[in-house]
Amino acid sequence: MTEKLDIKTIRNDFPILSRTVYDRPLIYLDNAATTQKPRCVVEAIEHVYYHQNANIHRGVHYLSQRATVAHETARATVRDFIHATSSNEIVFTRGTTEAINLLATSYGETFCNEGDEIIISTMEHHANIVPWQMLRDRKGIKLKIIPLTDLGELDMTAFEALLSEKTKLVSVAHVSNVLGTINPVKEIIEKAHARNIPVLIDGAQAVSHMPVDVQQLDADFYVFSGHKMYGPNGIGVLYGKEKWLDILPPYHGGGEMIAHVTFEKTTFADLPFKFEAGTPDYVGSVALAAAMNYLSSFGMENIAAYENDLLLDATQKMMKIDGMHIYGTSPRKSSVISFLVNDIHPFDMGTLLDRLGIAVRTGHHCAMPLMSALDIDGTLRASFAFYNTHEEIDALIAGIERVIKMF
Amino acid sequence: MTINEKQDQIVEAFEEYTDWMDKYAYLIELGNNLSPLDPKSKVNQNLIEGCQSRVWLDAEYTNGIIHFMAESDAVIVKGIVSLLIDVVSDHTPDEILNTDLYFIDKIGLKEHLSPTRANGLLAMVKQIKLYALAFKTKE
Repeated sequence: MTEKLDIKTIRNDFPILSRTVYDRPLIYLDNAATTQKPRCVVEAIEHVYYHQNANIHRGVHYLSQRATVAHETARATVRDFIHATSSNEIVFTRGTTEAINLLATSYGETFCNEGDEIIISTMEHHANIVPWQMLRDRKGIKLKIIPLTDLGELDMTAFEALLSEKTKLVSVAHVSNVLGTINPVKEIIEKAHARNIPVLIDGAQAVSHMPVDVQQLDADFYVFSGHKMYGPNGIGVLYGKEKWLDILPPYHGGGEMIAHVTFEKTTFADLPFKFEAGTPDYVGSVALAAAMNYLSSFGMENIAAYENDLLLDATQKMMKIDGMHIYGTSPRKSSVISFLVNDIHPFDMGTLLDRLGIAVRTGHHCAMPLMSALDIDGTLRASFAFYNTHEEIDALIAGIERVIKMF
Repeated sequence: MTINEKQDQIVEAFEEYTDWMDKYAYLIELGNNLSPLDPKSKVNQNLIEGCQSRVWLDAEYTNGIIHFMAESDAVIVKGIVSLLIDVVSDHTPDEILNTDLYFIDKIGLKEHLSPTRANGLLAMVKQIKLYALAFKTKE
């Protein structure tokens, strides 16, 4: 049974939501690009700098130890948030993009050889395409692409047909940043594991919207960004099963990630430090943990249920608009709606909605191959967070209707 | 009319609109009234690729004056494009090279020429000057 969230109180935690743009109340519907930050996250950053700032892990002094404990406590918070087994499985990165690049290098260089294949899908963000293309060009591997159905879901029959003894990795989004489709990642992982193929899940669009349990999914790797889940910019997470992270070589070299260095040879530190060269973002980690604790205080099930209400309300109201075309109509969707109306260019509609105080995203959303598959140049995208309201949806609908009349 | 007289005329026309939505409605009208680009001009060679919208710009040079033709896939951009080519068309390369396109700023559309807008307009202004320079050096 889900509990009702007190949205008005929640909105008060986000100072930016009470600002105006062009003398109109801000209606922020670009949450899939980045979410706004609650006070507790910004206060956590301030607290680290004002009260416990010192470089971590190497200091014997009081502050360094305090900072180290805070950073490692943050790692444990991340572990618990995604239900990992051990803190050794949590590597801090700069974000989803860096996490995928890390794997494309560390995993790709170790396990992929000429003629091998990696499976991705048509709906991937460029962050889950380009690193694999770069690996392809270095190693002579092939990329196999899962096509989509008319509803904007992964074609699972086609997926199964792509799996072969050449497949070295499957890497797919948990949730599409354009279509909103929630992919059947558990089923994908089961099918891949049946053939001993590991699976990487790009969770950038999932972690802030639903409970994620990496053990229940049995994901080998799961990656996400802090800034899309109410946390700070510049920090993200690579979860990897310990058995994998143990055997993968480091990605970056430097301080922090070593056990012993001579000019002849370096031995590397244990997990997770092997993958965290240089001074880690011990401010971002603590603030990310603050964001996770904040989300946990409401319960991810409750957040998911409320956002689903928003999605259904917005979808139903948008469908009533003449000439409305929604891209991504899966019954299993996160709170993302990509759309076009008649032949109105997304730039035009986005520019006019902006003047009405409504922030939506326009363009290809870093998913140009998906745009090609849909045979369009771009869409408008409204994406909702749990601080959005039904009144804001009504304002979006009124805004779209007003803009349509201008053409 | 000189380039600046044309610019002042546009600034005056826009002063009538106090509400931003009305300004944009006017730009949409201008965009819709811009005659479509001849297919022989609407080619990749004349395409100015923006991340959000695209602009095609072509120019003809006869009897010492330049005539510009342009189009965009977005109507608001097309409206701004129509103002720009009206202002600079049918002038000599020198006149165009020495001009300061202040009207954009004065009618409040400067943000549309910022590099972050990625709508091709900033590149279009540069391209207009490049055409003028190219035709001047041809002489």
